[in-house]
Amino acid sequence: MAKLQSRTPDGPLADKWSSYKSNQNLVNPANKRKLDVIVVGTGLAGASAAASLAEMGFKVKSFCYQDSPRRAHSIAAQGGINAAKNYQNDGDSIYRLFFDTIKGGDYRSREANVYRLAEVSNQIIDQCVAQGVPFAREYGGTLDNRSFGGALVSRTFYARGQTGQQLLLGAYQSLSRQIKKGNVEMYPRMEMYNLVVVDGIARGIIGRDVITGKLERFSAHAVVLASGGYGNVFFLSTMAMGANASAAWQCYKKGALFGNPCYVQIHPTCIPVHGDAQSKLTLMSESLRNDGRIWVPKNKEDAVKVQKGEMRGKDIPEEDRDYYLERRYPAFGNLVPRDVASRAAKERCDAGHGVNSSGLAVFLDFQDAIQRLGRDVIEAKYGNLFQMYEKITDDNPYELPMMIYPAIHYSMGGIWVDYELQTTIPGLFATGESNFSDHGANRLGASALMQGLADGYFVLPYTIQNFLAGEINTPRFNTDSPEFEAAETEVNDQLEKLMAVKGNHSVDTLHKRLGKIMWDHVGMARNDEGLKNAQEEIRDLKEEFWNNVKIPGELNDLNPELQKASRLADYLELGELMAIDALNRTESCGGHFREEYQTGEGEALRNDKDFTYVAAWEYAGDDKDPKLHKEVLDFKFIEVKQRNYK
Amino acid sequence: MNLKLKIWRQRDPNTRGKFVNYKLNDISPESSFLEMIDVLNEELITKNEEPIVFDDDCREGICGACGMYINGRPHGPDSLITVCQLHMRKFKDGDTIVIEPWRARAFPVIRDLMVDRSAFDTLIQEAGFVSVNTGSAPDANSIPVAKKYADLSMDAASCIGCGACVAACKNASAMLFVGAKVSHLTLLPQGNVEAEDRVLKMVAKMDELGFGNCTNTGACEAECPKGITLTNIARLNREYYKATV
Repeated sequence: MAKLQSRTPDGPLADKWSSYKSNQNLVNPANKRKLDVIVVGTGLAGASAAASLAEMGFKVKSFCYQDSPRRAHSIAAQGGINAAKNYQNDGDSIYRLFFDTIKGGDYRSREANVYRLAEVSNQIIDQCVAQGVPFAREYGGTLDNRSFGGALVSRTFYARGQTGQQLLLGAYQSLSRQIKKGNVEMYPRMEMYNLVVVDGIARGIIGRDVITGKLERFSAHAVVLASGGYGNVFFLSTMAMGANASAAWQCYKKGALFGNPCYVQIHPTCIPVHGDAQSKLTLMSESLRNDGRIWVPKNKEDAVKVQKGEMRGKDIPEEDRDYYLERRYPAFGNLVPRDVASRAAKERCDAGHGVNSSGLAVFLDFQDAIQRLGRDVIEAKYGNLFQMYEKITDDNPYELPMMIYPAIHYSMGGIWVDYELQTTIPGLFATGESNFSDHGANRLGASALMQGLADGYFVLPYTIQNFLAGEINTPRFNTDSPEFEAAETEVNDQLEKLMAVKGNHSVDTLHKRLGKIMWDHVGMARNDEGLKNAQEEIRDLKEEFWNNVKIPGELNDLNPELQKASRLADYLELGELMAIDALNRTESCGGHFREEYQTGEGEALRNDKDFTYVAAWEYAGDDKDPKLHKEVLDFKFIEVKQRNYK
Repeated sequence: MNLKLKIWRQRDPNTRGKFVNYKLNDISPESSFLEMIDVLNEELITKNEEPIVFDDDCREGICGACGMYINGRPHGPDSLITVCQLHMRKFKDGDTIVIEPWRARAFPVIRDLMVDRSAFDTLIQEAGFVSVNTGSAPDANSIPVAKKYADLSMDAASCIGCGACVAACKNASAMLFVGAKVSHLTLLPQGNVEAEDRVLKMVAKMDELGFGNCTNTGACEAECPKGITLTNIARLNREYYKATV
C-alpha cells in the first residue's frame, strides 16, 4: 500500500475548507438522481448525511439494526454540543475551539480536520434551531450556554440533559421527510455483515434481516459508514446493548485501515458497577461538573467507614474532604478533561479513598450549588439526570452526594479517513464515531455531537461529490455479480460455522470474560506486560469461543444470540488489535495511559519525537500480524506543548 | 430474591401465543428488570431452550426501544420510568410477575415481547418535521423564542416513541404521541409555519394506520415514562380545529 495520503488542501489553515469547496468537483442535479449512496447507521452522523444527500438529489439507502432510525445511540448523549458562536461574549472564536480540541486531544489529531470541525460548528446550531430543536433559552429568547471540560468559555448548547435526543430527532425528522419523498429507502432492523468491493471500489453491502435472518444484497455507487464506536468490546460500557463494531470491522478486513484503535475514552462520571448481572453502565453527564464538586474522604479511616456503610458522605466535615481535582488543577478544577478526571479518580480509589462498597467510587456533591443557587435552579438544570440517578441507585442526590466512577464511553480510534472522510478503499467513507479523525487521543465533552453532525450535514455531502463526480457514467449495479455472490457466501459460511459449534458457553459469558481482559489490561492504565498478557488471553478466549460457544435457535430466523455471537467474533479480533496498538505506542497520551510513561506528578507523558503519528493498521489475514502504516502529524499552525490544566 | 414469572411466548404474528411459567432464584434487588430477564435467558440457553425475545438498546431510558406490560402496567409498577430503568427492588421476594407485550392493532407482535412499532415512524414521515434543507438556516439567534414556549416545546419533545401510551389506551389511540409531536413543533416559530398542514396530515394518517380514537381516559398520561401531559392532546385538538375552520 502506498504512503497514507491525508489529501489536506494547501494554504492557510483558515482558508483550507473554503478553498477545497471552491475547487472540488460537483455533480449536477440531473446526474445526482442517477447515483446511489448507502449509509450504514442512523445516529447523528448517519441520519444527517442520509437526509442531506437526499435533499441534494442523490438516491440514498439507509440502514440501522434497531427497529427505528430514531433509536440510534446518539440519542443517549446528555450534556450538549459545542459551537464557537461566542454568544456569551466570553472571548470564544473558531480558533479557540480548534485550539481547545487539539489540545484536549493531546496533540494527536490532524490540524486541518479539527479546524474545519470548529469552522462548521456554528452552522450546525443554526441548522438544528431551524429544524425545531428546542435548545435551552434565556428569558430574552436567545440561546443559553453552559461550560464543559477542557474549555475556559461557555460554548455548549443544550436541551436539558437530553441534547443528543433532541439533535437526533431533528436529523431523524429530516430523514423521515426524505423517506416520505421517496429519496431515501429506509431499512430498519437490517444489520450490515459485509462490504462488497468491485474492481477495488466499495459498491455495496450484505445485510442480514434481523427478523427473518435472511441475507440481502444492496448496491450503490458509494458506501458511507456511520456505524458508531466499539466501546462494547469491554462488555460493560455506556454504549447501547446493540452498538457494535462489526460493520467497521468488516471494512477493515476488506482493506480499510484502522486508525489508533487503542484510543478509547473512559468517562469519569458514571454510576458504579453493582454486581455480576450488570449489563451496562449509565453515564451521568459531564455537565454536572459545572455545579457538582468531586471529592473523597481525606482520611482513609473515613473512607473505610463509608465503604462499610457505617458513615455517609454528608456526615464527613468539610475539613476532612479532599476535593482532589480542585487541589491538583486549580485553573480548571472540576472541569478538567475526561481522561485527566478519570485517572485522578482511579488514583484516589487505588490509594484506598474510594467510597462505595467496592471502594471504586468517588463523590459528586451538589450541596454547595444547592445552597448557592437553590434547589429549584439545580432541578431545572439537571432534574432528569437526578431522577435517573435516583431510579438506578435508590439514593436521592439532592440529599446525599452522588457516587460515580469512570467507565468506557467513546472510541476516538476508528476507520482511518483522509481529509475527504474517504477510507483507504475508494468509494468507502467513514463518518462520526466510526472514523478516527478529529478527537486525537481524547475527546472533549460535547464534541461528539458536534463531530457527528459536522460530518453528516456539512462535510461528507460535499466531499463525497468529489468522488461521485467521477461516477456519473457508471450505471446502477446489479447484485448478481460474482463479487456480491462471494460476499454473501462469506457471511453465510461464517454464520453456519457459528451455529455449528454447539458448545457449552453462552455468548454473554464469553463476552464478559473478554471485557474483563480488556478492562484489566487495555483500560485506564496499561503496561508492557499486561498488554502482552492481554494478547495471549484474547487469543485463548478466541479459540474457546470458536470451539465452545452455544447458540440456540435457527440460522435463518430471528436469533438474538446469533446476532450477539457474530458481533463477539469481531470484538475478539478487534480487542487483540487494540492491545497491539497500545503496546506499540510506548508513550502516554490522552486516554492512552502507559504506566511506564508518566511525569513525576502522574500526568500523561508524551513522546512527540517518536509518536506524533496516527497508527493506521492494515489487515494482513487471519493469524497474521497486522501491518502498521504511519500518518505523520505535521503541526504547522500551533505549537505542540505539554498539556497543562493547572 | 426468588420469583415466579408468567411470560407471554408467541412464535410469530400468525401463531397463537400463551403464557409460560418460569421460576427464577437468587435475583439481586439491585438488578434492573431487563437484567433479571437476562439471567432467565442465560438459564434457558443452558437448557437448550430459546431465550425470550424483547426489544431493548440503550438501557438508559431514552431510546424508547424497550417496553412491556408488567403486572398489567406498561413499563411496570413505578412511574415516570421505562422497563430498562425499573429495578428489582420495586418487587418483593416470592412475587409472581406477569409479563406481556404491548397489545394494539397498530403494533403487531413479532415474537414474544417484541412488537412492530413502525407505524410511529410512518406518522413522523407523514408530516412530523420542519421542511428545512441543510444549509438554508438563518443565524440561530435571529428568531428569539420565549423561554416559556421553548420549555413547553421541550416538554413535548421529550417523547421517546416507546408506545406505552398506545398500549395503555383502551382504544389503542396514538393521540398522545401525535399531540406531543404537533406541540413540540407548533410551539416554536420555526415549526409553526407548517402547523395546519402538519396536524391535518398526521391525524388522517393516524386513523389510516389503525390507531383508535381518544376518549379522554388519561391512561396514556398516567403511563407515559416521560411525563407527557394530556395538555398536548388538548393542543392537538385545538390545532386541528384551527386548521379545519
